[in-house]
Amino acid sequence: MKTIKNIIYTLVAVLVLASCGNTSSKKKDSKSGALSGNAAEKVYVAPGEHDEYYAFVSGGFSGQLAVYGLPSARLFKVIPVFSVDAEKAYGFNEETKPMLNTSYGFVPWDDSHHPDISQTNGELDGRWVFINGNNTPRIARISLSTFETEEIIEVPNSAGNHSSSFVTENTEYVVAGTRFSVPIPQKDMPISEYKSNFKGALSFISVDQETGHMGIKFQLIMPGFDYDLSHPGRGKSHGWFFFTTYNTEEANSLLEVNASQNDKDYIAAVNWKKIEEYVNNGGGKKMPAKYAHNVYSDETHTATSTMMNEVLVVDPTEVPGAVYFLPTPKSPHGCDVDPSGEYIVGNGKLSADLTVHSFTRMQEAIEGKKFAGEAYGIPILNYEDVVAGVVKQPGLGPLHTEFDDKGNAYTTFFISSEVVKWKLGTWEVIDRKPTYYSVGHLMIPGGNSRKPTGKYLVAMNKITKDRYLPTGPELTQSAQLYDISGDKMELLSDFPTVGEPHYAAGCPADLIKDRSAKIFKLDENKHKYAATSESEAKVVREGNVVHIYMTMIRSHFAPDNIEGVQVGDKVYFHVTNLEQDFDVPHGISMIGANTSELLIMPGQTETFVWEPKQEGVWPFYCTDFCSALHQEMQGYVRVSAKGSSVPISYTLDGDPTDAE
Amino acid sequence: MKLSKIIMIVGAALLLALFVLPLWNITLEAPQYPEPIGMNIHINKIADANPNDIQNINLMNHYVGMKDIPTDMLEFKIFPVVIGTMALLGIIIGIVGKHKLFLLWFIVMSLFGTAGMYDFYKWEYNYGHNLKETAAIKFTNDDGTPMAYQPPLIGTKTILNFVAHSYPRSGAIALFGGMGLSLVAFFVGMKEAKKE
Ligand SMILES: [Cu+2]
Repeated sequence: MKTIKNIIYTLVAVLVLASCGNTSSKKKDSKSGALSGNAAEKVYVAPGEHDEYYAFVSGGFSGQLAVYGLPSARLFKVIPVFSVDAEKAYGFNEETKPMLNTSYGFVPWDDSHHPDISQTNGELDGRWVFINGNNTPRIARISLSTFETEEIIEVPNSAGNHSSSFVTENTEYVVAGTRFSVPIPQKDMPISEYKSNFKGALSFISVDQETGHMGIKFQLIMPGFDYDLSHPGRGKSHGWFFFTTYNTEEANSLLEVNASQNDKDYIAAVNWKKIEEYVNNGGGKKMPAKYAHNVYSDETHTATSTMMNEVLVVDPTEVPGAVYFLPTPKSPHGCDVDPSGEYIVGNGKLSADLTVHSFTRMQEAIEGKKFAGEAYGIPILNYEDVVAGVVKQPGLGPLHTEFDDKGNAYTTFFISSEVVKWKLGTWEVIDRKPTYYSVGHLMIPGGNSRKPTGKYLVAMNKITKDRYLPTGPELTQSAQLYDISGDKMELLSDFPTVGEPHYAAGCPADLIKDRSAKIFKLDENKHKYAATSESEAKVVREGNVVHIYMTMIRSHFAPDNIEGVQVGDKVYFHVTNLEQDFDVPHGISMIGANTSELLIMPGQTETFVWEPKQEGVWPFYCTDFCSALHQEMQGYVRVSAKGSSVPISYTLDGDPTDAE
Repeated sequence: MKLSKIIMIVGAALLLALFVLPLWNITLEAPQYPEPIGMNIHINKIADANPNDIQNINLMNHYVGMKDIPTDMLEFKIFPVVIGTMALLGIIIGIVGKHKLFLLWFIVMSLFGTAGMYDFYKWEYNYGHNLKETAAIKFTNDDGTPMAYQPPLIGTKTILNFVAHSYPRSGAIALFGGMGLSLVAFFVGMKEAKKE
């Protein structure tokens, strides 16, 4: 009897609790509905809490890559990639100078456009981020555990490396498609003979899955169009790569008019697996080509630059079935494949409509050999045979499309400055929101993979006009964060960016943050000039070159007073940070040095060169406020006349030591 | 074999765990160390609780003139010999099986233990009080005497912006457990003797 009573009580209690739960959740819903205008709350990340996503935003003409947190939009870091950066001594210290070496010599700048995060099985894996240098064609690989540029490979036969750097489903390849066609190989010829003489190289750069090391596997030598953007197939279309083209007219002057005559340009569909097989079986031709391959090692903390001298080129007409053209209106920019791999969206920037091709229909048309003709021996498919649907008059100047996890697509419109949300399959417009102003690319974390997230969208704008406090004629470019979790998009925040936020790649923070390096282990430091304890600190003269093996730790340098240096010497400061604590870098700079300061992470060694021009006693000091005794972290170098008899000597721990 | 003998042997053998397990731990917490830093005190060394902790404790302590945490001390030579000898003696006594010897072993061990704790206290006192004349920063107490940075013998104490915790670790549990077992062995041995 008692048990039954107990059961009844329990049941009643459960029912009451359940109904309470219901009412309270209903209340909560209606409350959040009323508060949905409160965007500030949605981007607020409390002190000590972490952002949910990383956004890697390209710096455009700054040549760098910036790391922001989402939703806070806080800037965490600017990773130097293609441009020298005094803040981190990148391109200034001896260790990273080789990173900016090219076949044109030291090129300390580039125009970085499209970052892409490495993938495994079509999902972001957080190992590396790749980014292209447009101007002097290069692809860089950045480690997401050290957030440092680890490798840069130059791309020969290419110009305006724009349709890159996008990765295939398992990071088998990073592509580097040329925007400008050029003579291959380069030669002196009349520009007016562009047509049929200029060629476009689409480079497939293989990635070693263990080390990430890149190598140009092959270059597809295509007709002389402009290859604008590209995207890998995925899922069913894995093995294919798609490139938008413009200027299929092959004009060479006043392209504004002359390259906008054809009603349709093409999306080039490249079956890279087929070409890979052809190449693996000995296909293709090796041609002389000079390009630099620069690799940075975390063990030696030093980069090496190797000049390569040939590249394998493939003529697409020699690999039947490998390349097709899909007619696409009109000067398409973005070339975007949906998460399923079925739809290929061609954003015809001069078109009133948005064209979406079907991978399945493309395959059927190829099987049925239904060709509308050919261009330079490459089959052109019929527009009607491959198109899956058209989004009718969604806006002006469609540029780029990304996808969410609910079957929706989001397209930016440059001319009408807006983001338009539409449905895949029905092609109906669901929502539109203005951007401020002239939006280029947009980014949804994972939007470039098989598994997009559906929470945030970042729109990247070229112009800001009235959005921020004015700062002279030059205003910042900016990005905007939208909440896309509901049916309607909601603008959450505006934030300024470094350089041009051309494109971005985003991923959940959990994918990366726990694997982020905290220190470099001193006992793994294999730098040629490392001093891994104060007892190894020393000064060595070799002719007119002086090597200073220096250590730094809170709050002193060893050695700190150096004598016996002469005017005209080449003095190398090889400085090792002996700290082994998270986030305790030290810096060093020398008066009159023609390079930047060094900023050295715990366990790391960096080197700068100083060529003293005048006699005297010259100070150096720590440039990063490191501790309570930071101001005391300093030293002197005595510089004597050339040929002086003052011997090399230095102080360690306050005691004078003669050089060996 | 008699139960008391087994308990005694097991108890004495437990001491051998001290050659692997840390005896004591001192952890320092502060807002600027989101992951607290600490050291594990073994009978033959002082070790990092997490990689590089000792280097970082030394670096932090040098501002106020504290010396580096010692890497070799006389204790590191003596303690292993004492513990090894006592464990061996305990096992032999266990095999011999005279329960009165069990009690004697316990008493001797307790004396060593007390001496060890006193020694530890003295080391901590020195470590915290014996500051370098050349200290960059000199704090004083309200009465004008130099501030000391002695960690607690056992328990938790606030030192400037740090909260220092000092507590026994698994090795100490093995030690006290082993000693406790020798006492148990003594009483069990007494009962067994009565039955006979
Ligand atoms: Cu410093």
